[in-house]
Amino acid sequence: MITADERYYASLRRNIMAIIITVALMPLLAMMAIAGYQFHTAYRHKVVDHLAALVDRHTMHVDTFLSEKLADISTLAVIKPLEKLRDSAELEKILTMFQEKHRGVFVDLGLVDEQGFQVAYAGPFRLTRAQYGDASWFQESIRQPFTVSDVFLGLRGLPHFIVAVRIESGGHFWVLRSTIDFVAFNRLVEDLRIGKTGQAFIVNAEGQFQTQPHARPGVDPQELLRIVRGEAPKEIYSTAVEGLEIMGGSGNVYKTPTGLHGASWFEYTVPETQRRFLVFYQNLKGGRWVLFYLQELEDAFHDLYKARMLTLVVLAFSTLGVTLTAWALSRRVVLRIIQVDREKEMMNEQVVEAGKLASIGELAAGIAHEINNPVAIMVEEAGWIQDLLEDCERGERLDVEEVRRSLQQIRTQGARCKEITHKLLSFARRTDPTVQQVQLNKLVQEVVALVEQRARYAGVTIRTHLTEGLPWVAMSPSEMQQVLLNLINNALDAMEKSGGTLDITTRYEDGRVIVDVADTGEGIPQAILQRIFDPFFTTKPVGKGTGLGLSICYGIIRKLGGDISVNSAVGVGTTFHIYLPAGDGVVQTKTVERDTLTKEES
Amino acid sequence: METIRVLLVDDEVEFLDTLLKRMRKRQVEAAGVYSAEDALRYLESSPVDVVVLDVKMPGMDGIDALKAIKERHPLVEVIMLTGHANVEVAIQGMELGAFDYLMKPMDIDELLYKVQDACKKKRLHEKRIQKRKGVEAEEENGTA
Repeated sequence: MITADERYYASLRRNIMAIIITVALMPLLAMMAIAGYQFHTAYRHKVVDHLAALVDRHTMHVDTFLSEKLADISTLAVIKPLEKLRDSAELEKILTMFQEKHRGVFVDLGLVDEQGFQVAYAGPFRLTRAQYGDASWFQESIRQPFTVSDVFLGLRGLPHFIVAVRIESGGHFWVLRSTIDFVAFNRLVEDLRIGKTGQAFIVNAEGQFQTQPHARPGVDPQELLRIVRGEAPKEIYSTAVEGLEIMGGSGNVYKTPTGLHGASWFEYTVPETQRRFLVFYQNLKGGRWVLFYLQELEDAFHDLYKARMLTLVVLAFSTLGVTLTAWALSRRVVLRIIQVDREKEMMNEQVVEAGKLASIGELAAGIAHEINNPVAIMVEEAGWIQDLLEDCERGERLDVEEVRRSLQQIRTQGARCKEITHKLLSFARRTDPTVQQVQLNKLVQEVVALVEQRARYAGVTIRTHLTEGLPWVAMSPSEMQQVLLNLINNALDAMEKSGGTLDITTRYEDGRVIVDVADTGEGIPQAILQRIFDPFFTTKPVGKGTGLGLSICYGIIRKLGGDISVNSAVGVGTTFHIYLPAGDGVVQTKTVERDTLTKEES
Repeated sequence: METIRVLLVDDEVEFLDTLLKRMRKRQVEAAGVYSAEDALRYLESSPVDVVVLDVKMPGMDGIDALKAIKERHPLVEVIMLTGHANVEVAIQGMELGAFDYLMKPMDIDELLYKVQDACKKKRLHEKRIQKRKGVEAEEENGTA
């Protein structure tokens, strides 16, 4: 069974632990949260800025590359007369020159007429007289002066794209085209690789790859395009938002000019694999191509996550350490408190025992005197009978009546001794501290009977005002006897010099049984009134008082769940009030006053 | 030998009455009062050789009574009667000029001896004073 004490200690321990853990971990957690958040934000910005700049630069490279190639071909178309371009051998010379200059970026050169018929060709493939009439790039290039086509497989079955310039001559259109080496172009984008998953690729307006991705990105470029164009339904791509400030808030990239504004980015979670990507994009070729840069979030913020992981591990260990410390410390503290409490309890018991002995010693002195008187009378009476008998032996007549009177007196005094012994026994018998239902009135009368003699010699009148029908109180009679005896002895001490009146009142009020012990003694000075319940506090000379009486009273009454208070005025007297919790007894309001002993009686 | 005049002072009526009877039986001129105040009043009016005084009495106690007696009637000898618990008080009484003390219950003969001794001492004391007075008177006569 769990006692109230154990519950108290358990809750004490819990409190100590909670306080230690809170005090130790709160600042740690707060610090980590704040520093972690700041670091997280700063690092994210740094990474994003860095990647955006990178993507920007690459876009510029690609754009520059394309416009350079276009410029080369345009220049060729302007400076070379059409006749020369129509000559395959001439084209061969120009191609060789270009290839020397550009390290093989231009794969071939060709001139196509209005109908899509390749009139002249120079290059590794045998494409003279090839028909391009249906090719989409051709139809485009015949409509506009400059064309850079999307990547397509073409007649050769190899991925490539074409740079074409329209030449107008004699009312007819001609198209000068050159195939750009796909590998060289691809390298421009392929270079953009960071970390394990970072890679870049270019898609055209239809979402087709314009460069060879290094590895399958695991993301459908069509969907990315839809997000970029702001077409993606929000509920599906809820994570695909948040453009960078540079983007200027516009979701539709095609409307913004492909100037040197920064790259835009968003976070994208692939619905099927739940892989989270950081996606940067930038428009190319006047908005017809888009360069995407993808990197898995975990990869991009690898250092950040590593730092965060480390922090969490440190935090976990700290928490574990603090908890263990709190556990051990609270255990030690509570064990120590339990030990101290036990020692205190033992000390209290010893003090109570010592006080009991002291009060019994005081009592014994009174009793000895009380018993001495009848004994003296008996001895005298016996002596008187002896005297009478001696007279009788000498021949005088025996006064039988006198002998009888003496014997009667001896009997009376013997009975008085017996009464005293009984009183003493009733006190001694009840030294066990077992709690019983006690009638206070009876107890008061018993104690008063014990101190009557002492009071008589001190010239003190004891008056009891006992309210009849008091409810019983659950307590140890011997302890309560001790309390009353201590208070009465103190009162008698206070009145010893001058005599006085001791009023003992029992009453019932607000569910409490109250005992008032009021004397008309010297009174207690205000200065020491606060200290009278302190152990070892005494005003008596050394060797006369233990200073324990009132502290024991206090201890006993508090243990019973009661209270004890004192009113005192110097020169007027002192009143002690004892408040005790009443048991469920019947209460009647009938006061019986009895003067147990007065000076006049003695 | 002259009869000894004894005053017994005790608050225990039965004790005192019996003691009085026994003392009287032994040719002691004994009187009894039940309190110290009465004793002092009695001393004012009647000559007494020895006072047997109980130490513990309600009202004026033995020690105070002893002081008063020694103050007002220095020649009167006092024997203290005490219970067991009051030996210290009895010794205090001796210091204040009591002749002796006895512990209750006491043997009547012992009390009697002490009373006789006390009486003897008082008589001697008186005689010495008488003599000194006589010498003084003679000296006065001589000088006259």
